[in-house]
Amino acid sequence: MVSFSLNGHPVTLEVPEEATLLQALRGPAGLSGPRFGCGTEQCGACMVLVDGTPRCACTLAAGAVTGRAVVTVEGLGTPEAPHPLQSAFLAEQAGQCGYCLSGILVSAAALLARDPAPEEAAIRTALEPHLCRCGSHNRILRAVSRAAAEMA
Amino acid sequence: MGAHRLPGNLQTNRRLSQWLAIHAEGRVTITPGKVELGQGILTTLSQIAAEELEVDLTRVEARPASTPGSPDEGVTSGSLSTQDSGGALRHACAAARAIFLGVVAQRVGVPLETIRIEDGIFHGPAGPIGSYWALADQALLDCEAPAEARPRAPGERRIAGHSIPRLDLPDKVFGAARFVHDLRLPEMLHARVVRPPARGARLATLRDGTLPGDARVVRDGSFLAVLAATEWEAEAAAARLAARAGWEAEDTLPEQALLIDWLREAAARGERSPVASRAEPAPPAAQTLRRSFHRPYLAHASVAPSCAVARWEGETVEVFTHSQGPYNLRADLAKTLRCDPERILIHHREGAGCYGHNGADDVALDAVLAARAVPGRPVRLLWSRAEELGWSPFSPAMLVDVEADLDASGNLAGWRSHIVSNGHSSRPGRAPEPTLLSAAMLATPFPVKPSINPAMAAGGGAPRNGVPLYRIPALSVETTRLLDMPIRSSALRGLGATLNVWSIESVMDEAAALAGADPLDYRLRHLDDPRAIAVLRRVADLAGWAGRSRREGFGLGIGFARYKNTGGWAAVIAEVEALERVLCRRLWIAGDVGEAVNPDGVLNQYEGGAIHGASVALLEEVRFSRRTVTSDHWDGYPILRFSEVPKVELALIDRPDQPFLGAGEASMAPTIAAIAGAITDALGIRPRQLPFTPENLARA
Repeated sequence: MVSFSLNGHPVTLEVPEEATLLQALRGPAGLSGPRFGCGTEQCGACMVLVDGTPRCACTLAAGAVTGRAVVTVEGLGTPEAPHPLQSAFLAEQAGQCGYCLSGILVSAAALLARDPAPEEAAIRTALEPHLCRCGSHNRILRAVSRAAAEMA
Repeated sequence: MGAHRLPGNLQTNRRLSQWLAIHAEGRVTITPGKVELGQGILTTLSQIAAEELEVDLTRVEARPASTPGSPDEGVTSGSLSTQDSGGALRHACAAARAIFLGVVAQRVGVPLETIRIEDGIFHGPAGPIGSYWALADQALLDCEAPAEARPRAPGERRIAGHSIPRLDLPDKVFGAARFVHDLRLPEMLHARVVRPPARGARLATLRDGTLPGDARVVRDGSFLAVLAATEWEAEAAAARLAARAGWEAEDTLPEQALLIDWLREAAARGERSPVASRAEPAPPAAQTLRRSFHRPYLAHASVAPSCAVARWEGETVEVFTHSQGPYNLRADLAKTLRCDPERILIHHREGAGCYGHNGADDVALDAVLAARAVPGRPVRLLWSRAEELGWSPFSPAMLVDVEADLDASGNLAGWRSHIVSNGHSSRPGRAPEPTLLSAAMLATPFPVKPSINPAMAAGGGAPRNGVPLYRIPALSVETTRLLDMPIRSSALRGLGATLNVWSIESVMDEAAALAGADPLDYRLRHLDDPRAIAVLRRVADLAGWAGRSRREGFGLGIGFARYKNTGGWAAVIAEVEALERVLCRRLWIAGDVGEAVNPDGVLNQYEGGAIHGASVALLEEVRFSRRTVTSDHWDGYPILRFSEVPKVELALIDRPDQPFLGAGEASMAPTIAAIAGAITDALGIRPRQLPFTPENLARA
């Protein structure tokens, strides 16, 4: 049993503490946004925010987030009330297969929370942990800048 | 088969009802057999259908391909989906529109040509006279497509030819359950495979022991898997089982450091054949360039590991898969299971980006084998990152030898080349025996046959783009297909083009330098094709090629190809910066795919292909020991990351009156060639071996 705040709501999940947070989120929590890519913190597909900081959910033990606040891409916004980043990614058509986007969006959200007007180099640095194999990088960089401008 | 020739895959799937259905509640479904790979094809096909039916795009739903619910369109590959599926749907929807209009004209008694359609409502001279929805009756479409259909003229198009936002992207930015990985069926179990430590190894012993939870073992020969109720139990069980497995293994792979030597040795035992030849009168050779080019094995390196869900009910098995070819997968599953293909139902679901024949088909068999142990229960089998990077099919290592004769004025007079490679296809569904990975591991194993090459008429495999488009009077291109296949090889974006285009463009650069000509001018003076000339001129304008100035440590290079010599045109200029490694800083790209149904989608594909090319050029190389692939993690197989991705500027030459051609593979090989040329410009050395790492450049 692990209890924490998930996307603003308290949850208690039936998972052993040593299961990974990603397994807990995709299993009993029923989410699909955080995605499995490598299991070794090398691709960023599973990135979530833990107390506002991007963390790879694929290696983090579920028990380690007890009492903390976890935010996934589902917690950023919804089709009815999208986060400015989600709107900007759609406006820039920033994606191809889209598998990497959940993780990239939460890292970008953390970046904009601490640096509301990042230079391109800062966006690249923030997204360095994330792999995109389809080559949508430049669209993604533009989308993050666009969201920053819209949030200003 | 009917007498008349029909466009695209309508030729082989001739009934309109195989392609579309119109529903009384105001919706249209289209059922293409091509699949979404991240390239946006379902958006493109929906646009074509909405355009021809003259309905709002929101009314059109593209169903994911299935068997038997979709026409058999073979494999979603070769940058052919817009031609093959889009061409079919354009004709089918235009024909459907004509059928419905004919019915309403007759019923209401108004002349056909006076009826116009607004979002599916038919308007006569005096007002609305009906709609698709009022007439919705699938019997109207249950007929063979007529020979003639009148698609809307280029100038009339309101949906096709416009940059409509991708229909699948909203799900992806909100984290919706869109991928096969996200399927959750009632009572679903999770499965993992335990792979051997070496290629061709045999499972000799398996010690007994407990497993976590209610995990259970599935074994068939050397195929070893575990099933459990949760992912964490499945993974813990797989780890325990791996420690209990004893394998008989031996060295089967060549020495990586001697790969080029191995390619030459294996070529001596291979199957040599002519690709193209031409013997027009040629001026005598004033000098001859003899050059060799090499590339290593390449991995797909998809961001998600392959995944499938399978469920047996009696003698029938249902499979959810991100395969590129639902019917081809079905055929190979049936061969492996020795059953009637009709007993297998395939449902396509999206995977992460797919750039060729990756592990999608293999994991589907794995899921089917694992699920056979638990009839009635769905089983989700997910590969690990190590399986994805270590056990998917690879794009084979290659070698090209070129001899180019230059006449007294420095022009190309003769070209002789020899392309050595394993075949570039082990795709399922095409051989008498299955090509799926685990089929070779069963107690009664299927043999692994050497990979083959598609025919040159279909673009070729290893020799793809091996025949220069440049004007050369005397030409001979040959290829040798290796019959030893130590590492399972198959199709990856561009196939042989990734090496062939670079080999041609490198020789063009060198010949230009010998002739004292600008690399762009030298190419232009060897080209007759106006669309080739147009993309080269356009990219030169975009990059300011004519006015370029030298910058210390930087270089510019140019690369050009028409994909498969029959597909889309791409010209690329690359700027590199030579630091302790070479980095690609900027790319300028001009493309021409004829009619662009979704111009932004075409640009996205061209840019993605170019960044893929930059990654291959600078970083990518499959590493292996004598026993197995060792680059089975991202540290061992790095791909381009955000910090090093070049800025890209693109120009698309839209030709709405020309047939559409594919976009997915056109830009990759010219990008590699352009980066190589830029390295020469920056450093004065001509690369001979991919990737362009400091070690390989030191050998140039």
